Amino acid sequence: MADKRMTEDEAVATLSDGMTIGIGGWGSRRKPMSLVRALLRTDLKDLTIVSYGGPDVGLLCAAGKVKRLVYGFVSLDSIALEPHFRAARQNGMIPEVVEYDEGMLQWGLYAASLRLPFLPTRAGLGSDVVKNDPSLRTVKSPYADGEELLAVPALSLDAAFVHLNRADERGNAQFLGPDLYFDDLFLNAAAVGRRFMSVEKIVPTEDLLKNGTIHTMKINRSMVDGVIEAPNGAHFTNCQPDYERDEKFQKEYADAAKDPETWKAFVDTYLSGSEADYQKAVAAR
Amino acid sequence: MSDATLGEICVAAVADTFRGDGEIFASGMGTIPMLGARLARATFETDLLISDGEAFFVANDLPIGGTDKEVEGWIPFRSVFDTLWGGRRHVVMGASQIDSFGNQNIANIGDWNRPKSQLLGVRGAPGNTINHTTSYFIGNQTNRVFVEKVDTVSGIGYDRAAELGDWVKANHELRRVVTNLAVYDFNTPDHHMRVASLHPGISIDDVTAACSFELVIPSDIPTTRLPTDEELRVLREVLDPKSFRDRELPAA
Repeated sequence: MADKRMTEDEAVATLSDGMTIGIGGWGSRRKPMSLVRALLRTDLKDLTIVSYGGPDVGLLCAAGKVKRLVYGFVSLDSIALEPHFRAARQNGMIPEVVEYDEGMLQWGLYAASLRLPFLPTRAGLGSDVVKNDPSLRTVKSPYADGEELLAVPALSLDAAFVHLNRADERGNAQFLGPDLYFDDLFLNAAAVGRRFMSVEKIVPTEDLLKNGTIHTMKINRSMVDGVIEAPNGAHFTNCQPDYERDEKFQKEYADAAKDPETWKAFVDTYLSGSEADYQKAVAAR
Repeated sequence: MSDATLGEICVAAVADTFRGDGEIFASGMGTIPMLGARLARATFETDLLISDGEAFFVANDLPIGGTDKEVEGWIPFRSVFDTLWGGRRHVVMGASQIDSFGNQNIANIGDWNRPKSQLLGVRGAPGNTINHTTSYFIGNQTNRVFVEKVDTVSGIGYDRAAELGDWVKANHELRRVVTNLAVYDFNTPDHHMRVASLHPGISIDDVTAACSFELVIPSDIPTTRLPTDEELRVLREVLDPKSFRDRELPAA
C-alpha cells in the first residue's frame, strides 16, 4: 500500500499561481502552520485562500500572496483581531474579498465535498453578506412552503492543508483534541492529488487505536494524498492535547505588525529559513 | 443598600434574558454574557445547557477560567451550527454598532470595500439571528455604537427580518440589549428599540446622549433590578471568584 510520506516543500511544489487553497483548523487552533510557512518560502502568487482564519491568513496576507480571500472570520482567539489581516484589509491589499457567515463557509465546503453545485440555507439572508457578494443567488423551495433560501455555492479547492495529531504513513489519521473543526470537509472539497496533511507524529497503523477511540479516526486514507510528519507543526497555534497555543510567541507575532521595521526583524529571525530553522529559532528564545 | 457593582448588575440583566428558555444551549460571547448564562442556569433557569467555551457542555457551575469540568456533552463547532440552525440556542453577542431595529455590526467600521477599521468579520451573526433568539451585551454604549445605520449588517434586525417571509418572522427574535447604562427591548408595534429599564443612577438624558437614533421612551421606566443576595453569592464565590466581571466593566 502507498507510502504517502513527503515534506512540506514537496507538497507546495505541486501548486501553481492562482490556485485555491483551503486551510483547516479554526482561528488560532490546530493550523497547518508548517505547510503555511512552506508556502511562504515559494514564489507562488495570486492565491485564493479559504479559511476559518487565524495567523495562516495573516501571514499569507502580509506576504502579499493572497488575491482572493474567503473567510467567516479572522481572529487569533486570545487576541481578538488579527493585525496583519486588518492591515491588509485597511490598506486595500486583498483585491477580492468574500466574507461569509461561518455556517455558510461550512456549507460551501460540504457542497463541494458532495459534488453538489450548492446547498441551501437561511444563514446570510438579510445580512450584508449578500450585498457584499453580488454573485450569491437564492433558490426557491420546490415544495409547498415555497421559501426563498440562500444557495451557497460549492467551494471547490485546488488543494487542502490540514494538521492532525497522529497518522499512519498511508494517510489514516486521528484528532486527539476536543474538536475536528472542519478538517474533513477541507480535504473532501479539494482536488485529488493535492490533499496534504501534516501530523505531529506518524505511527504504525496498529498504534492508532492505542492513542484514542475509533471516534477520533475521522480521516481515512482515501481523503489524503500526502502525509507530512511535522512535530510542533501547528506552532504557534495550539494542537491539543500535544501542546497549547504559544501565547508569548503569538503576542510577538501580533506586536510585530506595528511597523515594517519590526515586521522585517520578525521575518528575518523566524521566517527566512527552513522549517528546521524556524523550530530552532523558536526553541532558542 | 446592595453593594452590587455595575458588572454584577449587567450579569443579572443578561441572566434575565434567558428566563423561560428551558432546555436549550445558552451561549454568551465575552465574560459578562458568559457569566449571565451561567448565573441563570445556577439559579432560576436550571435546564439550560452551558458550554466551557471550547467544545464541552458542562453540568457543574464552572467558574470563568475554571478547568474542573463535569462534562455532560460534546459540542464541537459542527454541533454548534447544527444546534443553532435547529433553533435550540439563545446567544448573547457583542456589537460594535447597533441600530434602532437591532441590526448589529461586528465586521468592520467604514466602507466594507476598504474599511477604516477591519474587525472580526460577520462570524456567525447572520446565521444566529435568522435561526434563534439573540440578545446583545454592549459594555460601552455611546452614540458611535448606537447608530442610525450600521456600516455592515452582520446580525439582522427586525426591519430586515420582516422582508424575509413568514418562517423568518416566526423564528427571528432579538430579545434584549443590555449595556453599561440600561436594558432595551424591541416590544413596540414596529419593533423599534425601547428603553426597558435604566441602571441605578442613570437618567434618560444619559441614555439619549449615548444614542444616535430615536429610542422609544415609555412614560414610566423601571430601574434595572439589583442582583439578589443569592445571585451575588453565586457570582462572587462560585462563578467568578477572580472578579473578571469587574475587569470587563470596571465599577464607576
